[in-house]
Amino acid sequence: MSDIPKDLKYTEEHEWVRMEGSVGVCGITDYAQEMLTDIVYVELPEVDIEIGQGEQVAVVESVKAVSDVYAPLSGTIVEINEELEDSPEMVNDDPYGEGWIFKIEVENDDELEELMDAEEYAAFIESMEEDE
Amino acid sequence: MNTPGVSGWEPPRWDIPESDDIPKKYLNDGIDLPDAGEVDVVRHYTKLSTMNFGVDSGMYPLGSCTMKYNPKIDEKTASLPGFASLHPDTPDALSQGALELLYELGGYLCRITGMDRFTLAPAAGAHGELSGVMVIRKYFEKLGEKRTTILIPDSAHGTNPASVTMCGFDVKEVPSSETGDVDVAALSAMMDESVAAMMLTSPNTLGLFDRNILTISKILKDHGALFYCDGANLNAVMGKAAVTDMGFDLMHINLHKTFSTPHGGGGPGSGPLGVTKRLEPFLPVPLVDRKGDTYFLDTDRPDSIGRVHAFYGNFLVCVKAYTYIRMLGGDGVRKVAEHAVLNANYLMHRLKEVYDLPIDRTCMHEFVLSDKGIGNHVTTNDIAKRILDYGYHAPTVYFPLLIAGAMMIEPTETESRATLDRFVEVMGEIRKQADDDPELVKTAPHTTPVGRVDAVTAARKPVLTHDDIE
Amino acid sequence: MSFIPTTKKDTEQMLKIIGVKSIEDLFSDIPGEIRSTGDLDLPPGISEIEADGLLTRLSEKNRRLSVFAGGGAYRHYVPPVVDQLTNRSEFYTAYTPYQPEVSQGTLTAIFEFQTMLSRLTGTEVTNASMYDGATSLAEAALMSVRDNKKKRLVVSGGVNPRYREVLSTYGWANDLSLVTVPLSGGVTNPEDIASHLDDDTGAVIVQSPNYLGSIEDIQAVADILKGGKANLIVAVTEPLSMALLKSPGSLGADIVCGEAQAFGNPVGFGGPYLGFLSAKRRFMRKMPGRLVGKTADSEGREAYVLTLQTREQHIRRDRATSNICTNQGLCALRAQIYLALLGSRLRDLAVLNHNLSGVLKGALAKLGIEPPFDAPTFNEFVVRVKNAREVRDALAEKGYLFGIPLEDDYQELSDCLLVACTELNAPADIDALAAELKAILTS
Repeated sequence: MSDIPKDLKYTEEHEWVRMEGSVGVCGITDYAQEMLTDIVYVELPEVDIEIGQGEQVAVVESVKAVSDVYAPLSGTIVEINEELEDSPEMVNDDPYGEGWIFKIEVENDDELEELMDAEEYAAFIESMEEDE
Repeated sequence: MNTPGVSGWEPPRWDIPESDDIPKKYLNDGIDLPDAGEVDVVRHYTKLSTMNFGVDSGMYPLGSCTMKYNPKIDEKTASLPGFASLHPDTPDALSQGALELLYELGGYLCRITGMDRFTLAPAAGAHGELSGVMVIRKYFEKLGEKRTTILIPDSAHGTNPASVTMCGFDVKEVPSSETGDVDVAALSAMMDESVAAMMLTSPNTLGLFDRNILTISKILKDHGALFYCDGANLNAVMGKAAVTDMGFDLMHINLHKTFSTPHGGGGPGSGPLGVTKRLEPFLPVPLVDRKGDTYFLDTDRPDSIGRVHAFYGNFLVCVKAYTYIRMLGGDGVRKVAEHAVLNANYLMHRLKEVYDLPIDRTCMHEFVLSDKGIGNHVTTNDIAKRILDYGYHAPTVYFPLLIAGAMMIEPTETESRATLDRFVEVMGEIRKQADDDPELVKTAPHTTPVGRVDAVTAARKPVLTHDDIE
Repeated sequence: MSFIPTTKKDTEQMLKIIGVKSIEDLFSDIPGEIRSTGDLDLPPGISEIEADGLLTRLSEKNRRLSVFAGGGAYRHYVPPVVDQLTNRSEFYTAYTPYQPEVSQGTLTAIFEFQTMLSRLTGTEVTNASMYDGATSLAEAALMSVRDNKKKRLVVSGGVNPRYREVLSTYGWANDLSLVTVPLSGGVTNPEDIASHLDDDTGAVIVQSPNYLGSIEDIQAVADILKGGKANLIVAVTEPLSMALLKSPGSLGADIVCGEAQAFGNPVGFGGPYLGFLSAKRRFMRKMPGRLVGKTADSEGREAYVLTLQTREQHIRRDRATSNICTNQGLCALRAQIYLALLGSRLRDLAVLNHNLSGVLKGALAKLGIEPPFDAPTFNEFVVRVKNAREVRDALAEKGYLFGIPLEDDYQELSDCLLVACTELNAPADIDALAAELKAILTS
């Protein structure tokens, strides 16, 4: 059973966000990193670019697969986790902590309401697995 | 291995003056290449060869690769000095033999597929595809029609969408039905005048002949779009149906698949591009042509997409394909397709007793199994690795993407029944091991020169030359 | 002869086991109206003996010539060791090394090739090869665009005209804007390049030695680009030159590409050849083509594997760095064995080539045939000959391929020929050519 911290918000594309004031710290969920298996590379966005909710912002690669990461919220990228360049495995080992991918300065708080909370995300994953 | 001062080369003993007219600032002080005597070089590469596995080592049931036997006569003809030593800038009048071969080969490919003209210039299948997409773009440019999209089935080989975007088009994916044919209703819904073409492998990448092929081609034709055939699977249908009769306007062929030229550990291949008459003007230059009894290179083609290769394609590879086709003859070409399909259906019929067969239909030259229903977390990858222990190469795995855990098997026509039966036995044994001794399968291979390699570290910390410090 | 080892009896039994009456039943998915009837209209099949004879006769319809021409294809001596080793069927009948456990032979050799080419070009990353020099240049251009997003490329007129045509084709397909800067005095003038640069320029492309055989001042071109965003791409079509000349990478090239056919591969009427693509390490993830990496297996043994495959079409599909699937595997193996055999003496071979070209220049000068400009050259150079094409044709009749006419590609050199000289042009051959040429000129 994958880890789903209660204080975060989630997207259907398996991204999470933790608000720190007006800045959202984002990454991919434990469920996502499990599916991808060993992550070998993270293609980070550039700092200062503006991004819309749901737009592709980063790429996570395993040996045999490539997965797009989408922005959970609209805003401006203010920080990227450059540690991931040398240690992409942090996304596997600590997806919600050291494995954060980017930080986004958020304009529109309303968008947060559209995201799922921990319970909803857990149910979402369950229903996905049933469909298979 | 480095023995400074001892190398496998010696200069000829000519007494000629030194020319030191190159300004010193351009000259280097020496080069950093390791030295070794001839015997050590030979031993090194001989040893390396023993760590390799070729078609001559054992069966290679790689779906979509058509790893048939490579006739040795091809190697002889391609190394004839009259071909191998022929400089490409030799005037046409003095290279009539080479030009005749290219011209005739183009003609044979036309007669096998129904196309009106072939160019032998593309150096590989993907190169042929790219050239084909360029022809499509030029065609619509000439017509003055703005078409932006090319449709590709979700089962397509990766080179298809990659070729499309390399030519400025957008890709739109067409779903397949549960029975492996293109979803015609979905196709109809997507079809409009912004679609330039659809690319389809025929038979498709599941090894099945799309039963709606004529309906599909009509939909495209009615909207003025072109129909491109990825000819990777030509081995299944040559002599049984003309590709143009299926409704296709252009196609590429892989000589290193269908026409027996060796894969060389990754190349060189050859990907001739064939077109119907109305697309002829757009073919790349130069094109080999004939006037009376004389062959020549035609560069006077104003509507051509331009040059796609410095010279005329992988000529020596074409020599091999030409040799092969001449030996087969028309009758032989058809027999190849018949036996390729016979062998595949035979294997499929026997293996479906033991493995999951996602789509249970008469197949063409290849078929897809999956790892569904195998317990103990044994995967397709594990099975592929275990097959290596038995002296076979693994099948194609995890392609096409729409079948989870896909194992695509293509025996080709050059495998004997005994080899096929032994392969069935081996697959059965491995299936049983997956149940009774799963660790054996999950840690395979055990008898190869190296075991499973760490591809993760190789991707995280790439070491790409001996000089990389990692 | 069809190489099908299945007997009639086998066929009958197999059909029975499948549960169909005839082979035709297996083709039932093909609509009846398009099923072929009868045989294909091809010449009837022949035996191996007849095929041998047929192909031999065809090959003999090509005139064997004493070749003094290059132009992107260089005849060099290929030691028999190269043929003997690459004819081992474990090498040439093998597939792409997607199953590394049974492909260490191929993978190790390609890794060595990547290493040798990186050293010779003065770069850090080389891929497992491209189709040929022309397409490697086109891919180098596209890689530069991926890097700095700028689609305007400034190209020296000294780049091989055939390569410029292919670049132009790929450029049209990718909406690139190509500006050609003519040569002056047979070389690229750095100031002319500088005057064509602007903020939208993504790369400058230079070839050295250039198509006319002149050695270019790569350092000078690199200097004008210093501090800017444009990449310097240097193309090399006679790679033997890199054994004698300073590497393009050490002189400031960001990307080095071109043709490695001269290493161990026959001229074979234009193919298969061996494109190479090398670059500074920062281009690693943007590189097209296959890359072999070093790693270890489960027992800790040294092993090689295809790596960074997520760049490639089979994974990234429409967002791949290129659509390329095949490399020129066996050609790269030939090149690597050749380099292993020659080792550091590759430089001696380069010196020999240069000295022989000096002998040829001398012999031609005696006949009043001289270069139209005095740029330094390696083993290829231009000479002015009155009625160049006629002289060349007359010599061809006598068995000599004396140069390549330049009138179609360089109007100002319409009475010139591009000649080359390698170790396969022995001093005796040069004398014979000179004698024949003299006879033709005085007649």
